[in-house]
Amino acid sequence: MAHSEQEILAGLAEIVSEETGLPTDSVLPEKSFTDDLDIDSLSMMTIVTLAEEKFSVRIPDDEVKNLATVGDAVAFINGAQA
Amino acid sequence: MTTPRLTQAAVQPYSRILGIGGVRGENVVTNDDVAGPINSSDEWIRQRTGIVTRRRAGGSTDVLDLAEGAARAALDDAGLTGADIDAVILSTVTYFHQTPAGAAVVADRIGATPAAAFDISAACAGYCYGIAQADALVRSGNARNVLVIGAEKMSDFIDPADRSISFLLGDGAGAAVVGASDTPGIGPTVWGSDGAQAPLIKQTHSWQDAVQHDAGWPTLRQEGASVFKWAVWQMAPVAEKALAAAGVTAQDIDAFIPHQANMRIIDQMIKQLKLPESVVVARDIADTGNTSAASIPLATERLLREGQVAPGALALQIGFGAGLVYAAQVVVLP
Repeated sequence: MAHSEQEILAGLAEIVSEETGLPTDSVLPEKSFTDDLDIDSLSMMTIVTLAEEKFSVRIPDDEVKNLATVGDAVAFINGAQA
Repeated sequence: MTTPRLTQAAVQPYSRILGIGGVRGENVVTNDDVAGPINSSDEWIRQRTGIVTRRRAGGSTDVLDLAEGAARAALDDAGLTGADIDAVILSTVTYFHQTPAGAAVVADRIGATPAAAFDISAACAGYCYGIAQADALVRSGNARNVLVIGAEKMSDFIDPADRSISFLLGDGAGAAVVGASDTPGIGPTVWGSDGAQAPLIKQTHSWQDAVQHDAGWPTLRQEGASVFKWAVWQMAPVAEKALAAAGVTAQDIDAFIPHQANMRIIDQMIKQLKLPESVVVARDIADTGNTSAASIPLATERLLREGQVAPGALALQIGFGAGLVYAAQVVVLP
């Protein structure tokens, strides 16, 4: 069962909040992982891995650098769903 | 004419670690000491790696000096001498001679001649690879006591301007003596490799390129984020398999001694393994840095020396690194 973009955003916000301690409502599509949310490369890998498990998708390591914003990640996960 | 019947070595049912010891590079190198060339800071390094200082050896100390020091300390701890050792296994990636093996030189220095002696290259998994081989040699009856040494002078392999791995690295050696036991002391080793991911942690170029194409002194590089992901989410299941193979659970162990690669990896592994708070976790990386093959025995000797765990404690140890290679086993500490 594919997740909607809203569901992906909500799920991703929970993962980001768990990793960073930021409130879920601060995880908005236009936010940059590095500049706005202060997420470093290792935290990003943690978020990516937990997102892979939650949404049953594969996010290749080479793809992670292209996921600059929360919206980029939501779009990638949405497109990667079977 | 009758076919001769061979004699095979008589098997021993069990093996265990009889003694452990280590030496660290004599110089304490702070984050401020390494931050300049990578345009970084003490705070940045602590936050990303958990490292406060790393220990590095001076110019007159080579990797075999470190190995010898650790070997002597392990023999003392075991109450043995070099004459009691039948095989010496040296795990290192920082001994610059293609041949002869450093193990033979160390064996001679500690009075273990004519012990069998050979080097292995399994990077940060090298100590656990060595324990697996020592366990097999002892239980197969091919050696009474085996000395396993992980020794690295990583500072010979660093580029001060490299932001991927150099600032993590330290120098040291740790060693263990493995011998026969009346009770089980080394659980089955769960180990393997994944050569398709060899580029994740590598030497910049070969020695051949260094000499023939003036490529300069090779140093180490890693894809840190990818290694982090592999180390946590691929290695935690390996550690779980080692527990299961030994017939114990996370609730049963006293100590968790992972390769000291990065505190963030250790913290995330603890989460994945759901280790109870009663398990003592080795965090020697904060003071010693990442010493590759030496990190697990160094972290172990520290836990014992500081009384954080008692002799006889059950420890889960796991090494993982360049190759990629990995090995995990549950051991009874000496």
